[in-house]
Amino acid sequence: MKYKDYYKILGVEQDADIDAIKKAYRKLAHQYHPDVSKDADAEAKFKEIAEAYQTLKEPEKRAAYDQLGRHQPGEDFRPPPDWGGQFGDTQFAFDDVDLADLFAGLAGRAQHRQGGAMRMPGQDFEVTAHITLEDASRGTTVDLNLAIPEYDAQGRLHRVQRAFKARIPKGATDGQRLRLRGKGGKGANGGRDGDLYLNIALHPHSLYRVSGHDLYLDLPLTPWEAALGAVVEVPTLGGAVHLKVPAGTHAGQKMRLAGRGLPKPQEGAGDLYAIAQIVVPTVLSERERALFKQMAETSNFNPRGHFKQEARNAS
Amino acid sequence: MQADMTEAQWPESEREFSLSELAELSGLPEAVLRELVDYGALVPTNPGAAQWTFGAGIVVVVRTARRLREDLELEPQALALALTLVERIRELETELCLLRAQLPRRSP
Repeated sequence: MKYKDYYKILGVEQDADIDAIKKAYRKLAHQYHPDVSKDADAEAKFKEIAEAYQTLKEPEKRAAYDQLGRHQPGEDFRPPPDWGGQFGDTQFAFDDVDLADLFAGLAGRAQHRQGGAMRMPGQDFEVTAHITLEDASRGTTVDLNLAIPEYDAQGRLHRVQRAFKARIPKGATDGQRLRLRGKGGKGANGGRDGDLYLNIALHPHSLYRVSGHDLYLDLPLTPWEAALGAVVEVPTLGGAVHLKVPAGTHAGQKMRLAGRGLPKPQEGAGDLYAIAQIVVPTVLSERERALFKQMAETSNFNPRGHFKQEARNAS
Repeated sequence: MQADMTEAQWPESEREFSLSELAELSGLPEAVLRELVDYGALVPTNPGAAQWTFGAGIVVVVRTARRLREDLELEPQALALALTLVERIRELETELCLLRAQLPRRSP
């Protein structure tokens, strides 16, 4: 079992009183609570902070923790031989649990002593599934491998490795939550099994940007395609389609390809928006340069006419 | 290890939930849920009725409420304010995501 220094995690001295511990925890919790924090590792950090606090805030658990002695964080250690007996009769197979399970076990036993066989629903778990946009649009399966704490028939706590496949139906999009019923922790004494929640996170795509079920695509156009109109090929999730770009299209204009976005769960699909970008060649051939020059001399189009108007209004 | 196949399910978007169902789903006492309704952080679909019902979207909110209450040890009034702000941030993030999607990725 790996040692964790709960005092160090909360940044308090080993003789800190309960108020100091509470204060340190609250300060860190405000900083790292995953519902509040934008920090990328907020969830992992908060878990560690909460685990430390859960143990140190209760005198019985804190005493039990202090009995483990002090070790280097991450150091492999085993509790002293009489440790379990001193704090009750829960037996641990010390190899496949971590420090948090140990103290959760103590709490479980205390509850058992007080209330007898209380119905306890199993814990819900959450994992994030990273999938591609193509997978989301077709539906996919993901392999899940979780270590879930469970009590065996003798009341001993273990971390049980559970591997299974989950089918994600088509229609999921970024940030969506799906439920795997009964795949969380086991309920005790007739309580229902917990659920596993799957948070969908889409990998960034090289072409499309996602908002809900709609997709956005940059559509580069030449100045003459934008001015004269053109039929251009546009890639979609279902294969290339032809899009008629109207004459006089300007940069930033959105063209909607209805139903070409991500499919929605029940029926229908989001839209694909092609956003016009007008691109000029970086290197001009002699001929191109001559034609652009001719255009400059011929055209009296002035896209900045409103600047002068503004200046006149101001004076 | 033999891996069995589990079907992932959509959140129940059509269903409505009673106060006691929400209490069971979230692990929050009914009294706390009632206070959150009083402070305007949770809005029933039928605020005037004797038996409140809630839309399915509220499930995520009450789970967040449970986490915030337990982890930050918040009183109902502070919890209601935190929930309102978290919800507001979620809305802004959705809007930000939409606006970002419309920005050209790079100048070609």
